[in-house]
Order: sequence, then C-alpha cells, then structure tokens
Amino acid sequence: MTAISDRTAVKSTSINGPAAKPRPGALAKSGSPLVRPPAAAHLTDEQVAELGRELDAIKDDILAKRGASDAAYIRRVIKIQRGLEISGRAALLMGRNKAAWVTGTTLLSVAKILENMEIGHNILHGQWDWMRDPDIHSTTWEWDFVTPARAWQHTHNDLHHRWTNVVGKDNDVGYNLLRMDADQPWKPHNLGNPLYNAILAPIFEWGIAIYDLELAEYQEGKKSKEALKKDLKALGFKALKQFTKDYAATPAVAMLTGSGKQALYGTLTANAVRNVWAHAVIFCGHFPEGADTFTEEMVEGETRGDWYVRQMIGSANISGSKFMHLMTGNLSHQIEHHLFPDLPSNRYAEVAPKVQEICKRYGLPYTTGPLLKQVGSSWAKVFKLALPGKAKS
Amino acid sequence: MIRLRRLARAASVLTTPLAPEDILALFNPVFSARQLRGVVTKVVPETADSATIHFHPGRGWKAHKAGQWARIGVELDGVRHWRSYSLSAPAGEDPAITVSDVGAVSSVLVRQTRPGDVLFLAPPQGDFVLPEHPRPLLMLTAGSGITPVMSMIRTLVPHRPDADVVLIHSARTPNDSIFHEELSELADQFPNFRVTHWYTGERGRLDFGSAAQLNELCPDWRQRAAYACGPEGFLDDAEALWSAEAAAHAEATPGPFAADPINLIIERFNTSLVGGAGHDGGLVTFEASDREVEADGNTPLLDVGEDAGVLMPSGCRMGICHSCLTPLRAGHVRDLRTGEVHGEPGQLIQTCVSAAAGPVNLDI
Repeated sequence: MTAISDRTAVKSTSINGPAAKPRPGALAKSGSPLVRPPAAAHLTDEQVAELGRELDAIKDDILAKRGASDAAYIRRVIKIQRGLEISGRAALLMGRNKAAWVTGTTLLSVAKILENMEIGHNILHGQWDWMRDPDIHSTTWEWDFVTPARAWQHTHNDLHHRWTNVVGKDNDVGYNLLRMDADQPWKPHNLGNPLYNAILAPIFEWGIAIYDLELAEYQEGKKSKEALKKDLKALGFKALKQFTKDYAATPAVAMLTGSGKQALYGTLTANAVRNVWAHAVIFCGHFPEGADTFTEEMVEGETRGDWYVRQMIGSANISGSKFMHLMTGNLSHQIEHHLFPDLPSNRYAEVAPKVQEICKRYGLPYTTGPLLKQVGSSWAKVFKLALPGKAKS
Repeated sequence: MIRLRRLARAASVLTTPLAPEDILALFNPVFSARQLRGVVTKVVPETADSATIHFHPGRGWKAHKAGQWARIGVELDGVRHWRSYSLSAPAGEDPAITVSDVGAVSSVLVRQTRPGDVLFLAPPQGDFVLPEHPRPLLMLTAGSGITPVMSMIRTLVPHRPDADVVLIHSARTPNDSIFHEELSELADQFPNFRVTHWYTGERGRLDFGSAAQLNELCPDWRQRAAYACGPEGFLDDAEALWSAEAAAHAEATPGPFAADPINLIIERFNTSLVGGAGHDGGLVTFEASDREVEADGNTPLLDVGEDAGVLMPSGCRMGICHSCLTPLRAGHVRDLRTGEVHGEPGQLIQTCVSAAAGPVNLDI
C-alpha cells in the first residue's frame, strides 16, 4: 500500500498540481474522440454510447451474480496451486532420481504458471477485492515473480490498461525494447528485434522487473530520483528473496540427499518454462494480426463507449480448451479482460459470447485464434518490424 | 514461542512470497499470516432466536477479560462482513459469543454456523470489565445486554465466595430470556448471587424515572458498583438516574472526604456514524492528514480529498485499477456506479468511484 500510494502521490502533485481541473485521464461524458480508430470509423456517437450501455449491462449482470461460488473457485485454485508447489519442490529434493526430477520440475512449472497467471495477475487487478479477504487482496498480495507486485500494478493496471495500445502512452507496445508497431520510428538496432525477443522469453520475469522501474520516465525527468531509489530498493529485496528461494535454499536442502545440482536445474527449468509461457501468452494479447494500435488523437475526448471500443479492437483472444484458459489465467479472454479488468477471471468465458455478439452487430473486429496461430502471428510482427518501413499490413 | 518464530522465519526462505502459515493453512484452516481465525467447536441454541457459538482461536488471540467484546468476521455470499459481539464465556476459558438473530450477519451466525466452521477474529477489547478490587455489584441488563454480564457472573460467582452480586435482567417474556435456566441455577447454588427477572411483557419497562423501583428491588443499590448493558433508551434512563443521585450525594457530603462515589459503568453497543441515505453527502474527515471538508453525494471521495490537498493514491479514475483503495474508518459511501450505499469500518474503498453518504472518516 505505501509503495504505491507514495509513488502516485508524487506523480499527482507534479502532474496535476494541487487542484488542477479538469483532471487528465477522465473520460468525456459525451461526444467523440478527435479521430475515431479506422475499424470503428463507421459508428456514430450515439451508436458508441449505446454500445457502452450494453457493455455496462453485461458487467452489472455479472456483479449481481458474483458471490460464494466465485469465492470458492479462487480458493480452490489457490489450494491446488499450493499443493502442486510443495509437492513439486519436495520431489526436486530427491532430484537425483530421474522420475522425481521430471515430476518435480513439471509440478513446479505448472504451479508457477498458475500462481502468476490465474492467481497473481488477477488478484493484483483487484478482481477478488470484493471478498474483503486480506489474504486474497490486491493491496496485500505478493507473487512468485521477480518484479514487486506494487511496481507492476502501477505500470500494468494504471498505465497499460488505461492507455491500451496507444503508441507513445502505453509502453507495453514493445516494452521499450522491441519495435512492435509500424508507427514507432525504425532505428538500426531494431534489426535485432527477433534476437531480443528470443532472449527475453526465457528471462521474461527479469525483463518485466527492469521495465517496471520506468527508467525512461526517470531519464525524461517524469520520475523523481527518490521514487526510483525506492523502487530499486524494493526490487532488490524482492529479487534477493526470489533468487535465494529457487537457486540457493531449495538446492541447499536437496544437498541432504545429494541432489543439490539437480534441484538447481529443476528450479531453473521451472522458471524458464513459466517465463516462456507467460511471454507467449502476453504477446498473444495485443500483438497478433488484427489487434489495432492507436494514436494519441484517438484517445483525446474519448467517452466510455469509445474506451470500450478501443479495448476490444486493440486486444486479441486465444481459443482453446478449458485447461488452456486456466493456464493463461484467462488472458485467453484478453478482450473481455480489457473491457472488465476487475471482473473475476472465472466469469470471462461466460461473458465472451455476449461480447462477440456485440462486436458482430456493430461491425467491429473480434480477433481470436488458436494458441500456435496467435504466437506465430505475433512473432511474424517481431520479424517484420525489425526492418524499416511504415506500411501497416 | 521464540524458537517457533525463528523456525517460521527460516522456513519462509523456502516459501516466499508466501508465509509458512499460508502452506500450513492447507492442513489446518486456523493458520493465516494476516488474519486471526478460530474454529467453531460447539453451537448451543439459547432461545428461538439466539445461539451461543463456542470457538477455539488460533495463535495470536489474547485471552479475554470477562465483559469484553471482539470483532467477528463472517462470510455472506463470498463477502466478508464484520460485527462486534460480546463474549459470554467466563475468563480463562475458550471464547464464545451469544448472538441474537437481528440482522443479516447475526442471522447467518445463529442459523447456519456448524462446528468446524472458520470464524475470522480480531482480538478482544473493551473496558466494560470487573473492578480490580472486590466490591458489591449491581448488574442491570436488558435483552441481549446480558451477554457481557453473563461472562462476568460466570467468572465471579462460582469461584469467589466473597462475591456479592445482584442481577436485574429485563426481557419481554421468560421464553425470550437468554440464560434463564443457568441464572436460576446459579442463584440457587450460590447465596452470594441474587437474580431478579423483570418481564416487560407483564410489568412494563423498569422505571428509572425515580429511585422507587430500584429501592424495592435492591435497597442498597447506592452502595454497589453498578454495570448496565442494554438498548440505548434503557442506558440513557439509567445514566440519568445515577447522575441525579451522584449530584444529590455530592451535596449531602461536601468536602474532600466524601464516601465512595456512586458510579455506573455502561456498555453501549457500538453506535458508529450512520450515513444519510441517498445523495446527501456529508462531512468527510481525512484522519491521518487532519483535514475536514463538506462533500456532496455525487463527487468521488478521491476528488474531494485532492481538492482538500490530501495526497490521495490514485490510478485510472474509473474504478478499474484499484490503485486508490483507502481504508474507511467510519460512515458509509455510495458507489457512484451502482448507487449502492455500503461501508464497514476497515473496509478498503475505491475513492475514485465512491461518494460520501453521510459523514465519512477515511484513514489517510
């Protein structure tokens, strides 16, 4: 709580001033943005407003139904995840035995994926705050990921979800590392796009940790030295604990059975598997063919309806089995998640057909496809944009 | 204990970012790193509308003094709600609460609680406790106001031959009278304990307008340390009688050598700020920042705070990112999205989409 409140406090005084009005970021009550995105250019203001009301109604419907069964769901997932985590780690302690190593590494990989995706990401969004359970709350939760939860909440919940895919505002478009949009000017180092991305995937958690420090903002003077120092300290503590657990404490205990080295390989593998998986799922969210990016003119004067439209046409889903949805933390319902980031994730599947129907009726794209196709599509973009050229395909 | 803590710290190297308790909770629900919990051991019906719930608290609970209360958290349709209840068990034993079915939370406690259920707890507190030195006592209770006094009687009467306790308990009928049988048994068994059951259904309310009825029921009431617990009006009347007597007493024996002061110790059931309904707004107090400002019922508390110069945490300003969560200390807020009025002390509220519904205190 303190970390985030201090950070935003610093920010709000520097940007807003004590009582600046109107506040930046507030949605317009009516009207339209300076430019409506091409995919929605055919809609009138009234149609967009009506679309907004329809989506609000979908949300209200879920809020009315949300209750004991949802609470039981998240508690069950947490219980299963913790069971997998301790059995996986226990098996790795006997990693000299090949079967134990494979079992342990597999269980731990699955546990880490569940922890980050269906549990951590969604709790940190505040999806479960309505239960008022301090053990499962966006202000108390810390996750098994190098970046501290509070730092991630700022860049992800506040910046990325508010400014989804707006080039120049949403740094998730390429994470300050990759050229992921044709509107980003090409520089020679972009030739390394595929290489950077390939290196990023297995160490994704470290990449996100550095990204959440907002070094570019600091260099531009938008982030104070004190704030950066504080974030560095928080990251240092968190990284040390994470590193110690997986790469020192677990192998040290495993040395009792002569399995120290094997346990270390096991935790390294589990973290890498989780990183590659999380990287793939997240790249499928906004980078595949069909998911649009936006200019700052397109958000100037945006109403709630226009905001909804941008979330839908800027995101892409992944189709697949129930198990796949669980393992992606329901980010396979990226469109629904971006419309309603604080609805419990177990409800997205139920909302999806209604959202798809609305898109169809209003003539808006609803991008979805199987995992491999979407991963391929986002990698194609990584390669294509390594080369100069403005033409959007 | 210290060794246990050291062990837990060592174990947390392997469980981080979780605490070892989070793992132990897989096997025993009483474990939690953040939230004191207890397991229900027994549920005893008292009257048609009340029940006593015995529970065994987890580590971190501190033993209660007779007469204290505790905040108890219960889940209703997945949402945790907190209420304060007096503890009716004697000091030195596992705690128990005696609950009357008068609202959604107490209804769940009375009707649906079963042994093995988990209750969420805050440590016992309150100053409505027995005097430090032995004194003759008078207990005045009405309705469920008997609960904290029952804890005192159970603690004192069977164990202290030198105790001298008079209880006058009001209830509508014998059937509505909680602990009726146990009180009669104690009175039969221990001559140092006297109980008068006053049935308002038959005799009307106990009259504190003058000392007449009290003189009749307990002639030496002025010499006793008095405790009162019951509904608002009952307590107001008793308080008025005692202060009138104290004034008369002070006049009769002037000077610094007056006899023991006539005193009355009162337990009121918490009356937190009641929010004005609808769009009324109210006075918003930012406690840590020491600022107060009048707000209307349609302005988000985030804006109210910022305009007042309070450093409010903020994020998306549209109710999605939960960066602005601030603990509510008292009062009610209206969700500007749904119009729902809600609020319980300690609840974290989204200030960007909540407006004041009556006076509001925020912990910031």
